[in-house]
Amino acid sequence: MAKIVPKKMPMPEQDPMERRKNFNEVALGLTPELALEEAKRCLQCPNPTCIEGCPVEIDIPGFIKKIVEGDLRGAIDIVKSTNSLPAICGRVCPQETQCEEKCVLAKKFEPVAIGRLERYVADYEREKLGVTMPDVAQSKGKKVAVVGAGPAGLTCAGDLAKMGYQVTIFEALHDTGGVLRYGIPEFRLPNSIIDAEVDYVLKLGVEVKLDVVIGQTLTLDELFEMGYEAIFLGTGAGLPRFMNIPGENLNGIYSANEFLTRNNLMRAYLFPEYDTPLWVGERVAVLGGGNVTMDAARTALRNGAKEVHVIYRRSRKEMPARIEEIHHAEEEGIIFDLLTNPIRYIGDEKGWVKQIELIKMELGEPDESGRRRPVPIEGSNYIADFDTVVIAIGTSPNPLIMQGAGLETTKWGTVVIDKETGMTSRPGIFAGGDVVTGAATVIEAMGAAKIAARGIDKYLSRQ
Amino acid sequence: MYKILRKEVLAPRINLMEIDAPFVARKGQPGQFIILRMREYSERIPLTIADFDREKGTVTIVFQEVGKSTEELATLNAGDVIADFVGPLGIPSDHGRKEDKKVVCVSGGVGTAVIFPELRKIKENGNYTITIQGSRSKELLFWSDRLEKYSDEFYITTDDGSFGRKGFVTDQLKDILAEKSDDIAYVLAIGPIPMMKFVCALTEQYSVKTYVSLNTIMVDGTGMCGSCRITVGNETKFACVDGPEFDGHLVDWKEMEDRNSRFIPQERESLERYRKLMGK
Ligand SMILES: Cc1cc2nc3c(=O)[nH]c(=O)nc-3n(C[C@H](O)[C@H](O)[C@H](O)COP(=O)(O)OP(=O)(O)OC[C@H]3O[C@@H](n4cnc5c(N)ncnc54)[C@H](O)[C@@H]3O)c2cc1C
Ligand SMILES: Cc1cc2nc3c(=O)[nH]c(=O)nc-3n(C[C@H](O)[C@H](O)[C@H](O)COP(=O)(O)OP(=O)(O)OC[C@H]3O[C@@H](n4cnc5c(N)ncnc54)[C@H](O)[C@@H]3O)c2cc1C
Ligand code: SF4
Ligand code: SF4
Ligand code: FES
Repeated sequence: MAKIVPKKMPMPEQDPMERRKNFNEVALGLTPELALEEAKRCLQCPNPTCIEGCPVEIDIPGFIKKIVEGDLRGAIDIVKSTNSLPAICGRVCPQETQCEEKCVLAKKFEPVAIGRLERYVADYEREKLGVTMPDVAQSKGKKVAVVGAGPAGLTCAGDLAKMGYQVTIFEALHDTGGVLRYGIPEFRLPNSIIDAEVDYVLKLGVEVKLDVVIGQTLTLDELFEMGYEAIFLGTGAGLPRFMNIPGENLNGIYSANEFLTRNNLMRAYLFPEYDTPLWVGERVAVLGGGNVTMDAARTALRNGAKEVHVIYRRSRKEMPARIEEIHHAEEEGIIFDLLTNPIRYIGDEKGWVKQIELIKMELGEPDESGRRRPVPIEGSNYIADFDTVVIAIGTSPNPLIMQGAGLETTKWGTVVIDKETGMTSRPGIFAGGDVVTGAATVIEAMGAAKIAARGIDKYLSRQ
Repeated sequence: MYKILRKEVLAPRINLMEIDAPFVARKGQPGQFIILRMREYSERIPLTIADFDREKGTVTIVFQEVGKSTEELATLNAGDVIADFVGPLGIPSDHGRKEDKKVVCVSGGVGTAVIFPELRKIKENGNYTITIQGSRSKELLFWSDRLEKYSDEFYITTDDGSFGRKGFVTDQLKDILAEKSDDIAYVLAIGPIPMMKFVCALTEQYSVKTYVSLNTIMVDGTGMCGSCRITVGNETKFACVDGPEFDGHLVDWKEMEDRNSRFIPQERESLERYRKLMGK
């Protein structure tokens, strides 16, 4: 057996001091040589544990073997047989807690860089080989409506189209992609990649109607009246959470959704060529510890902030963000104020935030999430100057669509489904993605959408 | 793409457009609004549904040119298209039903267009209506005939006295309240923020319930961003999904004014740049 190469091949990246001033992609992608060397690190395990870690069960050693053999067409075909958005997943999946965590190499060495290889083959297909289309089954003459054009909606629509259904996606915003477009910034996931993957779904025959808010423009009942025989809800978890502490509505305080939507969907970073403004001051505090927090912090930096602090109430170990993103943020000069929590904001007479009163925290007993609960240390309060705050402490499903829909929901506002089929409490209405799980990951949303597509097929075949 | 079928200049810098938007026209109710985005590079701007024709599938908007987006929108004409037009958004206003007492509608500036469909509904449901229309001067008045048609009593005030009573809507409103505040079911006030604020301060003295429509700064209009958040009755509300109409006596007006000034330097920069590009 060949000698094990303990470390991943290095990912070529933009220099941190350069990239903190631009919105170009940070990770540049493996070169053919690096990709080949990385692919050779895979042991081609007879019982590949890595596959268990992938919610859409990509044949990981299978596609990696094709890279080693130089058959990139073969590699991408394997990936796309279970994952219709590989260029996206290769970039944003939290691999360290999914496929790569389960790689046998991970026990002693660095795991195979599965995500980077997936991105490599997807980019190679798009840029060099040209995208091929899969076979689409003969039309079944049945219409299905998909609500939301995020990863869940796109995946469900794509799968149903391949099965021969006539699918229409209804999207509230003026563009597709959901969080991929309005949340995740260009420097991590370029719009051109989302466009290409959406284009693929459209080429399968899916129709997209933008500017339609289900629950307002049309109701779920009206969709049935219009002849759609089943509905998939992929509406995500778009409702921003606030802390409800004094001063939270001061000027200069944004939810991460507002901050990122202005920047990404509305392209405020190109202001004044684009009309939508985003105001970023000199000292920025971003609250939270997830991917959203890192994205907002790095976006603030790129919009000219002098100093950006991430303020998180637990310790680094509990941070839910991808390790790579925390690392990138640190390289760019983001400061981490850990075990710290805001208790109130102090503003000036014109209503602009000037300071935050913060308190130090320590970790106590584990809470229901299994993480140690942060408890305030009495008397440790202090006041720090900040003129911009971004609140990135989580989101929950937007209740707009539930209005009068008669769907069973949990106390967190998520939709209850049957795990096997994805069907909600109302026959013919299915759901998957963040609207069911609360804010989670792209690949989990896609995995759930695939289950629902099969559930819809079964439901409509039975009729 | 959404086609402009008709354009009319109602008064200097106040324009009406009738837009082909069948989905919105089917559902729109008084009190609701739409969000439009003119071009790929444009802002999403909220505008009230000033009228709708369910059969024709059209929605009428009336907007005042106050900045870059509205000035640029005003350059479009019948036959041109708008990239995005989404709605109806917000909660339909819950007034209009038959009251035992009289209803007062107060409109200022472009608020006239916003209040019109509501007044019509209130009147058509058999209420006694008193309407006060205010404007800076005579030339800025529009739709007075439309308001008058649905009003049992109709008053006009202009700041400069060029038409109707010289003064503010609150001067007229004060006379009405002083005479018969017990006879008033509620006041609906829609116009510039200072006007709504002063109306609320006045009606509070007489303990007359007052509704206002809040034009906070919005992005998505669906409850996703919180840009439109505002304190009402010590609670944070999202104007786009919890409103846009609220009990005016519970609104934190200072916060409302502050929040609407969030982007003034950028708005100014954008407008100046646009005017320079246009050679204005
Ligand atoms: C800033 C940020 C960074 C992230 N980073 C990562 C990452 O690195 N890796 C990762 O795996 N995950 C990441 N996530 C999480 C991931 O993006 C989500 O889990 C995923 O997008 C969920 O997909 P979805 O299709 O369920 O919902 P969404 O992506 O939220 O899409 C829902 C769509 O439905 C539309 N919609 C909502 N309501 C209606 C309605 N009533 N009518 C019509 N349309 C409606 C919305 O406009 C939206 O387009 C991140 C999230 C954010 C916010
Ligand atoms: C629910 C709602 C209904 C509205 N209905 C109407 C209407 O029927 N007719 C009409 O003329 N106007 C209406 N407005 C206000 C209209 O949206 C703004 O005038 C418009 O967005 C200004 O854009 P601008 O680029 O031309 O001006 P800007 O340069 O952006 O701003 C000029 C001034 O307008 C205000 N403003 C800016 N952006 C917004 C925004 N997104 N929302 C609200 N106010 C803003 C600010 O106070 C600012 O000082 C409504 C607003 C809301 C929230
Ligand atoms: S889709 Fe995500 S989890 Fe699956 S193999 Fe690719 S990177 Fe890993
Ligand atoms: S577990 Fe790791 S080494 Fe084994 S097949 Fe999967 S990627 Fe290759
Ligand atoms: S405009 Fe975004 S939440 Fe109201």
